[in-house]
Amino acid sequence: MVGIVIVSHSMKLAEGVKDLAEQMADQQLKIIAAGGMEDGGIGTDAMKICRALQAANSADGVVVLADLGSAILSAQTAMELLDEEYGSLISIADAPIVEGAISAAIQASIGGTLTEVIHAAEEARGLLKL
Amino acid sequence: MMENLFLGAIIAIKESIDCNKEFLTELDREIGDADHGINMARGFEAVVNKLLADPQTDLAAGLKKIGMTLLSTVGGASGPLYGTAFMRAAIPAQGKTEASKELGAEMLQAAIQGIKDRGKAVCGEKTMLDSMEPAYHAFAEGIAKDKGFLECLELACCAAEEGVEYTKTIIAKKGRASYLGERSLGHQDPGATSVLIILRALTDFYRKNS
Repeated sequence: MVGIVIVSHSMKLAEGVKDLAEQMADQQLKIIAAGGMEDGGIGTDAMKICRALQAANSADGVVVLADLGSAILSAQTAMELLDEEYGSLISIADAPIVEGAISAAIQASIGGTLTEVIHAAEEARGLLKL
Repeated sequence: MMENLFLGAIIAIKESIDCNKEFLTELDREIGDADHGINMARGFEAVVNKLLADPQTDLAAGLKKIGMTLLSTVGGASGPLYGTAFMRAAIPAQGKTEASKELGAEMLQAAIQGIKDRGKAVCGEKTMLDSMEPAYHAFAEGIAKDKGFLECLELACCAAEEGVEYTKTIIAKKGRASYLGERSLGHQDPGATSVLIILRALTDFYRKNS
């Protein structure tokens, strides 16, 4: 099953998005939150993201949902550090973090491939709320 | 000796960033999220603590350790940018036991490439590259003219100063400041400024210790 990593500047936000997405997900699905700094402060930590990617990974790959700015840069740095191990098995979805995470969790839960899960997350960009 | 000089240079950088913490944060308050000074000071404090606890005898290993520490302690975009810069600078330093000006130029060039790869930025977008790239060119020109290490560093500092001034005249295209559009005009870039602070600290350290 494709794993999911939630990267946010805020630990609470990452945990919250994980909780929301888990409501819709299969119990086997690994969703790992990598939010905030080691001391709980606001920021992103590429090494923490590295550990989350390793924890979320199975043979099927990992999709990353991130908020903005340094969350993307730190996630890309973490991916580069793990490149030899996982290479193209890890991808960042260009998607809104909440809607994207929920869509990705559903798609991953029904056995979607890495490409399908990314596609589902990115489709959430066009989701109309009203 | 090598490890003492290396540690001394990094401590000098850390102290200089500490002195400029409020200034950098103030610059970032004007066009960003008001955390650059705080983030850089936290990062370099962690770096010095790591190096004191586990002294590095090898230049490349030391640079790599600095990069990894900045990745996990800075917090803002400067974490992955400076982190990548130091880790890339470690590549040409591999197996070298002595710091030469030629190696310095190679390290600076590798660091710049790392920042470009990570941030997808080029010069003229109001980023750290706007002081770092002119500094590299001035440094390399100094080498070509057979100037000494210190003089090359001084030339790099002058070019970086001009680069920081230049950032006041351009619109931000990357990061939080890019949301401000034309309102970013007239403000100097905090990242370009921290590059200059680091370069000045290194130059002053070299002057005192050579």
